[in-house]
Amino acid sequence: MKETKIVVKDLNLFYGDKQALKKITMDIPDKRVTAFIGPSGCGKSTFLRVINRMNDLIDHVKIDGEVYIDGVNIYDRSLDIVNLRKNVGMVFQKSNLFPKTVYENIVYGPRINGIKDKKVLDEIVERTLNQAAIWEEVKDRLNDNALSLSGGQQQRLCIARALAVEPEIILMDEPASALDPISTAKIEELIHDLKKQYTIVIVTHNMQQAARVSDQTAFFYLGELIEFDRTTTIFTNPSKKQTEDYVTGRFG
Amino acid sequence: MEDKEFFQKAVNSKYAKKIGKHTRLKESLIKIFFAVNGTMALIFIILIFVFLFKEGFKALDHIGLLDFLYLDRPDASGNIERVFQWYPTSEEPRYSLIPLLIGTFLTAFPATIISTLLGVGAGIYLSEVANPKFKEFLKPMIELFAGIPTVVLGFIMLVVGASFFNDILHPANRLNAFVASIGLSFVIIPIIASLTEDALHSIPNDLRMASYGLGATKWQTISKVILPAAFSGVSASILLGFGRAIGETMIVLMCAGNAANLTSNIFLSVRTMTATIAAEMGEVSQGSDHYYSLFFIGIVLFTITFFLNLIAEIIINKMRKKNTF
Ligand SMILES: Nc1ncnc2c1ncn2[C@@H]1O[C@H](COP(=O)(O)OP(=O)(O)OP(=O)(O)O)[C@@H](O)[C@H]1O
Ligand SMILES: [Mg+2]
Repeated sequence: MKETKIVVKDLNLFYGDKQALKKITMDIPDKRVTAFIGPSGCGKSTFLRVINRMNDLIDHVKIDGEVYIDGVNIYDRSLDIVNLRKNVGMVFQKSNLFPKTVYENIVYGPRINGIKDKKVLDEIVERTLNQAAIWEEVKDRLNDNALSLSGGQQQRLCIARALAVEPEIILMDEPASALDPISTAKIEELIHDLKKQYTIVIVTHNMQQAARVSDQTAFFYLGELIEFDRTTTIFTNPSKKQTEDYVTGRFG
Repeated sequence: MEDKEFFQKAVNSKYAKKIGKHTRLKESLIKIFFAVNGTMALIFIILIFVFLFKEGFKALDHIGLLDFLYLDRPDASGNIERVFQWYPTSEEPRYSLIPLLIGTFLTAFPATIISTLLGVGAGIYLSEVANPKFKEFLKPMIELFAGIPTVVLGFIMLVVGASFFNDILHPANRLNAFVASIGLSFVIIPIIASLTEDALHSIPNDLRMASYGLGATKWQTISKVILPAAFSGVSASILLGFGRAIGETMIVLMCAGNAANLTSNIFLSVRTMTATIAAEMGEVSQGSDHYYSLFFIGIVLFTITFFLNLIAEIIINKMRKKNTF
């Protein structure tokens, strides 16, 4: 077993009075792919947003419990949230590129980190687009509007943009749910390559996808973490009845 | 396929329901109602347009285009002197629009700059900073402010504002372009603030999330993502505010002092085009040169605002097409 990157202890989250996460405790390993599965509304996205404190941007959210990354409590009052988000990148379900050029989208993160040197920025663009396996497709279109790319290209560009700030952890919320099978395959391949360097947490509704890309899988139900184990175990020999029902499609 | 059988089904089919006569009549009446409404509005606009230009262009027969710029006349020692004066009631009338144009811009331009700074700032605050509950209270208040009759604002500026600035700045004229532009700002700020808020609010939340997710601060997100994405809407709001400042009448009539000075000094009295029309139209005899010249001012005003709107439209369209910044 690899080293642990993220430790979550007794985490409760409330939207107003409504509890969306209940006493979640789990250890997420370093440089592995961890998949979150579960029926719609069970709190997967909410939990993902706990890890980079995106929930802070939503009104009326109350959180208690502890979350540590590399031993640091990220809910410490004095923690620099902006710095946290630089190190924990996020890819959203719907591609959310800026209405800027391909190039400007990638360099946005590095620029706000103070990198001004054109040569360094050029290198970052080429490196991250290569990492996201999209360099060949867009290298002649760097100055085109990013929104003119296809949906699959846009999503990979979002991944490249997230990589450009050199995070250690990448959170992906159903990154391939709106894509065709070929684009999906490309993203999955990409995730496979990225885990050598990054800790990846991915939410997916696609069981096969979870089985293909992840090392560990966590099954959530109604805000609770029901089962968390190696992916092969979850899919072939789960210890909870609910998990088995869900992964075999006999749910509800 | 048994064709006959298939088509016999039509008799009892639920797809066979025909549209009712009443429905059809109602639909056409509704259509006609809106068509008439739309055309009426258009016809009125065209009529106003035609009247303005018909009367205004008569001025060119009587006065001549150059006379609207300057008048060359001999001074005491017999030298030809070129004067830029608006003095239509003199023995030797002078019709230069230059001092009036200067008066208009010397009030409208500073007002737009002040209103842009404060209005865009207020729009950003409303859309991005204020908590939603407070915003729900504040935005209608600001919009209410835009509804205060300008004569009231002009009156307050005339009585309170002018004295205040007179005491602290000691301008050459108590009523001047500066006082008028402050007065105008009260009208323009709410317009720009409200439209800027609309423009920023229409930017999808996804973009904010993307920016925060990359480790941007709130201010970086606003200045580098939200404002550029809303650029066309924000510039349109500024141009609209500018157009309103040029067209506004009551405040400048009451606060700008109305002396048609040829000056770049914002602390001197000026006379705007709108104030000139408003002040003189009532006393002028119909059909006189002076009468037609006021219509000509109307044409100039109309043309300026027309081009302002055109430019705003072009900017917006260009941005929309490129959709990039
Ligand atoms: N901003 C919010 N305000 C209030 N309640 C919310 C908010 N976001 C999510 N919730 C609620 O929290 C619960 C968990 O939502 P969440 O989006 O995390 O589910 P999910 O597992 O990601 O679902 P899906 O698979 O459909 O994306 C749901 O009941 C949802 O209605
Ligand atoms: Mg979700």
